[in-house]
Amino acid sequence: MAKPASKSKEPLFHIVKRGAVPAWKALLIRAGSIFAALIACGLLTFFLTGQNPIEVYITMIEGAIGTPRRIWSLLQGIALLLCVSIAVTPAFKMKFWNIGAEGQVLMGGLAAALCMITLTDVLSPPLLMVAMVVSSIVCGAIWGLVPAFFKAHWNTNETLFTLMMNYIAMQIVKYFAYKYSVPKGTGSINIINNINHEGWFPSILGQEYLLNILIVLALTVFMYIYLKHSKHGYEISVVGESENTARYIGINVKKVIIRTVLISGALCGIMGWILAAGTDHSITSSAVGGNGFTAIMVSWMSKFNPITMIFSSLLVCFLQKGAGEIASNLGLNSSVGEVLTGIMILFIISSDFFVNYQIHFRKNERKEKDA
Amino acid sequence: MGIFAKIMAFIAAAIVQGTPLLFGATGEIITEKSGNLNLGIPGIMYIGGISGIIGGYLYEHFCAEPVPILCVLISLLASVIGSTFIAFIYSFLTITLKANQNVVGLALTTLGVGLGNFYGGSLLKFFDESGSISLFITGNAYKTKIPFLSDHLGIVGETFFSFGFLVYLAIIIAILSQWFINRTRLGLNLRAVGENPATADAAGINVALYKYVATCVGGAIAGLGGLYFVMDYTTGAWTNNGFGDRGWLAIAIVIFALWKPRSAIFSSYIFGGLYIASVFISGLSGSTKELIKMLPYLVTIAVLVFTSSRKKREHQPPAALGQSYFREER
Repeated sequence: MAKPASKSKEPLFHIVKRGAVPAWKALLIRAGSIFAALIACGLLTFFLTGQNPIEVYITMIEGAIGTPRRIWSLLQGIALLLCVSIAVTPAFKMKFWNIGAEGQVLMGGLAAALCMITLTDVLSPPLLMVAMVVSSIVCGAIWGLVPAFFKAHWNTNETLFTLMMNYIAMQIVKYFAYKYSVPKGTGSINIINNINHEGWFPSILGQEYLLNILIVLALTVFMYIYLKHSKHGYEISVVGESENTARYIGINVKKVIIRTVLISGALCGIMGWILAAGTDHSITSSAVGGNGFTAIMVSWMSKFNPITMIFSSLLVCFLQKGAGEIASNLGLNSSVGEVLTGIMILFIISSDFFVNYQIHFRKNERKEKDA
Repeated sequence: MGIFAKIMAFIAAAIVQGTPLLFGATGEIITEKSGNLNLGIPGIMYIGGISGIIGGYLYEHFCAEPVPILCVLISLLASVIGSTFIAFIYSFLTITLKANQNVVGLALTTLGVGLGNFYGGSLLKFFDESGSISLFITGNAYKTKIPFLSDHLGIVGETFFSFGFLVYLAIIIAILSQWFINRTRLGLNLRAVGENPATADAAGINVALYKYVATCVGGAIAGLGGLYFVMDYTTGAWTNNGFGDRGWLAIAIVIFALWKPRSAIFSSYIFGGLYIASVFISGLSGSTKELIKMLPYLVTIAVLVFTSSRKKREHQPPAALGQSYFREER
């Protein structure tokens, strides 16, 4: 064949995997993607509402942190999302696609709520709290254990398994919501122990959400140390990178999978306890509100680093609260928050490509050959 | 109502409930055959529904005398464009940018449900109208029954021939997909891409192209499920989150049907039946009804565990499901 023909067959560009990227460069790419996403979100709201994009962001900031009450509500939202993100991270790092956090949190919350309903008259307040914590942890852990067991033994697809477990959890909650509904037959549980506040988190310094936030912060630090500086954390990352390598160096893969998902589920259970005892003081099938799914994206875009997750959840919560403010100002549907979150996450996920891969254009190569 | 009539009514209701699931499941099967586990299907189904609503609304709003057949065509086209676009975003991110499929899928579901509810709740506001969306002309056009069969065959006609055309389209698409996947050269190539992209690549198959097309076509088919729901089931009305978790059920059916579109037909109707079984069993308390609604999910888990423990080759998901393909990584 003639030479020019072979030249024209060469593709316009090709993609090459990069070696290690300096941390500052990776950070720059990520920051760039967040910036691009903010511009895209601003433009989108501009087209939808006709508002000046800069004004849109001012409204959003106003909506998210305008008053002390809003700041606390934002912090509480961050704590919720962060806690679920922390919980899914160990399993996730092991490449166990647990998308059942929603159900695990729900089961934990249900356990705590049921304790509040049935045991308030039997136990003293401190004992009641202990019963709530323990039952929440156990229920959340069981909800994680079932798919993990089948994954470890038969390699059953955990993504779909955990997904189904979510809906089973929701139906169980609905079942109990009918059983203990107040008033009878409505299918929803009212605020539990509204008079004596038994089983509720105490307010600290006059802030009812402060304890939630402190617990989540403690868990975050614990998870950071657990993943970075413990033998378990090391085993998790080896199993996640390559199961064969893990087996070769003598790690019991089955044991690690089950143990890690157990921890993951237990942390989700703790989140459920915080939800039932510290936030809602009740339980509904939609109590987790999609945080179980958002948490997966938060964990992923933070590269499984618990400290980074603080900022990622801040970003997501800020977008949601801020967008809610815009929507209510203009009388639009509040789902605009989900739209912006989705766009933001898509931008951040796609930025990974530019961190991990390099695009070579045909022109550059010819120059290299000439040189 | 006699017991026979009741059973027939139940079957008809199961088919109605099963149809959106069948669209979603067929779309997801085609997508998964190319090795893409698209968890964005629930979002895509919302988009399919809302795009159809937007198309139909614009036509009914700006046309003085809307023609029913054009209502159908315009909303159908809008729906296909909308859901294909979202599926294209998924393809671009996972195939070209090699992003993680699960995360992209979940993000698209968040985005799709959000967009659906946003437009569903705010569309009228943009045109300074109040109230909620209801496209009766378009909706009723979708509900047009087969003229002769529906009213001359007695109860059989009422049970099997009294649906809008999308119900039959769903079955036709499922059968065609089965034929395409198993009986054509292109289908064979598609399966090769899902089982082992590296081998397919070596055999000269354009892996990326197959993945793109399969994912976009699958998305478009799944979107029709959303369209059926808003146009036929609710007669052109949008309620926020009305579609509920049906998108996830569609993904469950893919497993239940063992990645075969033909089996998906009956699986969808079974799931549709399970979905509304609690309404048809009389004398249940509110709490027991909730337990019965758990059945479809329990059944899915049972199938999942059973197939994974048996390890029968033809019952397994495509081997490369969920993995991005990068030529240099072999």
